[in-house]
Amino acid sequence: MSLSMLAALPMAEEAASDNSGMALLTIFVLSVFVGFEVISKVSAVLHTPLMSGANAIHGIILVGAIIVAGEAEGALELTLSTLAVVLAAINLVGGFVVTDRMLEMFKPKVSKPVASAEAGEETK
Amino acid sequence: MTPTWVQLANLAAAVMFILALKGLSSPKTARQGVLIGAVGAAVATVVVFFSGIELMNLGLILGGIAIGSLIGAVAARRVQMTQMPQMVALFNGVGGGAAALVSIVEYNNIDEPAIAILAATVFTVIIGSVSFSGSIVTFLKLQELITTRPVIVPGGKYVTSLVAAAVIVVGAWLIAAPSTWLVVTLLLLSLVFGVLFVLPVGGADVPIVISLLNAFTGLSVAAGGFVLGNVLLIIAGTLVGAAGTMLTQLMARAMGRPITNTLFGAFSGTSTAGGGQASDRPVRSGSPQDVAIMLGYASKVILVPGYGLAVAQAQSTLRELADLLAERGIDVDYAIHPVAGRMPGHMNVLLAEANVPYEQLKEMDEVNPEFVDTDVALVVGANDVVNPAAKDDPSAPIYGMPILDVSNAGQVVFLKRSMRPGFAGIENELLFDPKTTLLFGDAKDSLTKVVTGVKGL
Repeated sequence: MSLSMLAALPMAEEAASDNSGMALLTIFVLSVFVGFEVISKVSAVLHTPLMSGANAIHGIILVGAIIVAGEAEGALELTLSTLAVVLAAINLVGGFVVTDRMLEMFKPKVSKPVASAEAGEETK
Repeated sequence: MTPTWVQLANLAAAVMFILALKGLSSPKTARQGVLIGAVGAAVATVVVFFSGIELMNLGLILGGIAIGSLIGAVAARRVQMTQMPQMVALFNGVGGGAAALVSIVEYNNIDEPAIAILAATVFTVIIGSVSFSGSIVTFLKLQELITTRPVIVPGGKYVTSLVAAAVIVVGAWLIAAPSTWLVVTLLLLSLVFGVLFVLPVGGADVPIVISLLNAFTGLSVAAGGFVLGNVLLIIAGTLVGAAGTMLTQLMARAMGRPITNTLFGAFSGTSTAGGGQASDRPVRSGSPQDVAIMLGYASKVILVPGYGLAVAQAQSTLRELADLLAERGIDVDYAIHPVAGRMPGHMNVLLAEANVPYEQLKEMDEVNPEFVDTDVALVVGANDVVNPAAKDDPSAPIYGMPILDVSNAGQVVFLKRSMRPGFAGIENELLFDPKTTLLFGDAKDSLTKVVTGVKGL
């Protein structure tokens, strides 16, 4: 992200009426750290479900799709925004269902302590 | 103005997403994590209808949600566990596509967009489209609708660089002088770049690309949040972008290769195109009865399952064999390579589906020292993860990937369909080793015969 863009963010009143650019930027940066921190140690066993779960979470673009569809006018905008709603809903719902299906299979067994977390670290 | 309670609800949703990722990081809390994430998503979706934004086209919106949810849920329910990776790739791709579309429509709506909004729009369109078309290509590769080996066209490097440069130029131009046809051009160029970006990646590296594209989609959602001024999208998208980047690194490390090598290996020539041909060098093949005898009179056996096992749907038969051997007092373990299957952790899911006890699954670092004391290593449908070329042959595309040391075992048995090389397309020297026995045929069929053989001992 370029500096000129940051400087211009506060002017983005049209879309970001409630939030100043600086506040949005702060949230963005802090989220980066939380994202890194929250999964810094994961067993290889869970790589697939974790990827799939993270995949489901970005399906929340559905909220954005609903907002733009709600203000869409004209055939083109309506088509594109409705398509966005459908695609986002596929991502969101499908993502959570498929992740849950994967994890369902881990359920009844005794899980062993995470062994590969250390393994991952020693290479670094 | 957004009502306070709506903002609080969105904050709650954001916290739930963080808790979801946290939960997914540990086997004990993973399922709970998914549930929390789903609740967060539901809260955020419902709240947007009451957020004070006047929504037109409610029928279309609700209809779209219903259709999308139905497609997503049915696809997710129906997909076989072996095809999970391509399903995740598809879901990821449509998410990226949605983010790009949202930005385009919003861009069209704003009369005089500020530079920052334009920049965020450009970013979302590029990254979202790359994620969309790239994910479609990964899907095609994993589904084996196109070749799994790296696709290298002569001069492809220059074409890709040219398209990348065009994307940047058009993107910058769009920020300087906004126009609708430039947005369309940017969209198309980005889609083409996504295809060119993924095509040269070899089959075994595709999971890493999926993970990377997953992070991309997250970032494009976050940028979409900037365009719309929506805090929740920024938080959720950034979380996924960061977590996805981290996960991509973890996966690349498990495969023993730097991420740049994975992505650009085919360009720099470190990744060979592979033979892909069946070799006609002599090998020792045995009958199911031979294998049954070797296993039945061993004192320690390690089973090495690979993707071929899952394709043949033979997980339960393998477990039956393991149980049978255990009854004879034989020490039996499963050795799970971090990237066994088509995705890190995929094999664990596939074996869990067949009710293999979790404790018997041993990870690579734990099991490798044990091969020395092992009488028989039984490799079922795996190839690349036991290929010594990863250690000995610097020219092999998988060179540097940690492998399971099955060659240290007293005897090695491969259950294979044919002599065709594995997913990475490289020959395995171990197949020609004097202590190796091959049993050709469908994994399920062969295992069933071996089980019968062991029962008859």
